[in-house]
Amino acid sequence: MKVKQKFINRNSHWVLLSPYIILFCLFILIPVISAAVLSFTYFNAVQPPKFIGLKNYISLLTQDTVFMQKVLPNTIKYALIVGPGGYILSFIFAWMLAQIPKTPRTFIAILIYLPSMTSGVMMSTIWSIIFSGNQLGYLNSFLIEIGMITEPIQWLQSPEYLMTIVIIVALWSSMGVGFLAMLAGVLNVNEELYDAAYIDGVSNRFQEIIYVTIPSMKPQMLFGAVMAIVNTFTTSGLGVALAGSNPTPQYAAQLIVNHIEDYGFIRYEMGYAAAASVVLLIIVWIASRVSWSLFGEKD
Amino acid sequence: MSSLKSRRINPDKFHKSQLKFYAILIPVSAFMVLPILFIIFHAFKPIDELFAYPPRFFTTRPTLDNFKRLFTATTESNVPVSRYLFNSVVSTLFTVLFTLWVTASAGYVLSKKNFKGKDTLFTINTLALMFVPVAVSIPRFLVIVKLGLIDNFFAHILPLLAMPVGLFLVKQFIDQIPNSLIEAAKIDGASDYYILMKVIIPLIKPALSTVAILAFQTSWNSIESSAMFINDESLKTFAFYMNTLVSTTGNTVAGQGMAAAASLIMFLPNLILFIILQSRVMDTMMYSGLK
Repeated sequence: MKVKQKFINRNSHWVLLSPYIILFCLFILIPVISAAVLSFTYFNAVQPPKFIGLKNYISLLTQDTVFMQKVLPNTIKYALIVGPGGYILSFIFAWMLAQIPKTPRTFIAILIYLPSMTSGVMMSTIWSIIFSGNQLGYLNSFLIEIGMITEPIQWLQSPEYLMTIVIIVALWSSMGVGFLAMLAGVLNVNEELYDAAYIDGVSNRFQEIIYVTIPSMKPQMLFGAVMAIVNTFTTSGLGVALAGSNPTPQYAAQLIVNHIEDYGFIRYEMGYAAAASVVLLIIVWIASRVSWSLFGEKD
Repeated sequence: MSSLKSRRINPDKFHKSQLKFYAILIPVSAFMVLPILFIIFHAFKPIDELFAYPPRFFTTRPTLDNFKRLFTATTESNVPVSRYLFNSVVSTLFTVLFTLWVTASAGYVLSKKNFKGKDTLFTINTLALMFVPVAVSIPRFLVIVKLGLIDNFFAHILPLLAMPVGLFLVKQFIDQIPNSLIEAAKIDGASDYYILMKVIIPLIKPALSTVAILAFQTSWNSIESSAMFINDESLKTFAFYMNTLVSTTGNTVAGQGMAAAASLIMFLPNLILFIILQSRVMDTMMYSGLK
């Protein structure tokens, strides 16, 4: 008993760390590694995986017309608008909030943070009523009222509108943890720096932001960027949730995540879906590297 | 110098120059909050108002009918709604508690102990901040199958416990605690477990509150585990039930009201928790920077 006690005390850091490490390996590390391994196999979830080399990647890039023509362009468009867009908006709002007193700031900050608390399911309930395809939909009813349209529009089933709606909803819900971090960052910039900057010749708000605010809160800006990237790709199930079907009508809002689910859980081509997962992880990784080189401390 | 003072961030009181910010922030916050207000009103609308034309934003005769219908409704397999709600509450409670425990102890070790491999571990965790769970949903599913967790209640809890963002925030926060405090406790003969319980945890309550909110949101809103790992209808969660409600009955008259009522039940706990803990969240975020 004594020996055991001694062992537990001497190795306390491993005892305390092990639950996290075990769970981290099981549910994050092993899935990522097995995705990489599975991506080189043919696996239909019934028979054991069969090694086929790079074939999944080759067919993903050369034969999968849906992937190359719809999914990849959609994902790039979605990621480029929602990622940097949501990120720039969070910074602008955080900066503006820092310019007003505490009580209204807290109140407005909560309102802006609210949508990011809603889950995908809830978002689709809310927005599918607003964009409902018959005249009872709020948008249709409003547009008919003001005379812009005469016939209700099938917002969520028409390929030409669906992607735009998905992007609006994703932006609406993009002020998450990164936004809060940036708000704290702006508020904690040393005020003497501003005074010093004015003495050095900074003359307006814009210069103030570029030369003082952003450099002083680089760590928060980087954290915000990483969170924005992750948020962008985790909300990408929205198109399917709003349209109510996977694939979305004419693949209008089909993103890599939906493509993975389509192949993995509808067609049971797990190896192929894993290859798409690896492509997605690489995209996320590249995006994070880019933000790292923009905001990381170089030393 | 007076012109400098008026430009100051974090002002103490209202000044005319702030009007332009309000002019932008108030419409923006209205846009953010309108859809949510809308779901609140929708949940209390009687049937004729739900489908009134032109649709009405506010309800004139609020009623609890939608909630009553929601709670008396049973699914095809005769599972009452209260059962889903119970599952959600229990799994969320355990997820939050275990996440706090796991993150606090790992954060303490990574921040204050010295051992080989510590920096590597933290670097791996920082890389894992970029982890997008949906991207590897298939291998994750296979791991759950191999662990024999299919149709096990723990499938709701275990996959969510390792939270890279949580560990990151807690570790950064503990970094701010002076080492001398821990050394003093060590001289008094305290073990690491004692220091963690009596010194660290009381000091990092803001960071733990933030992790609690994040863990709560993830677990409470999660439909992944119910949809993929659980086949037994009586073990599924409220979020999943709501999802079926939206997709199968979303267009029927009764369904829309029920879905709105369910949405409100989904949303309110998130909101209340965040409002109670928001000042602590902001304290945590001060140390949230990545380098």
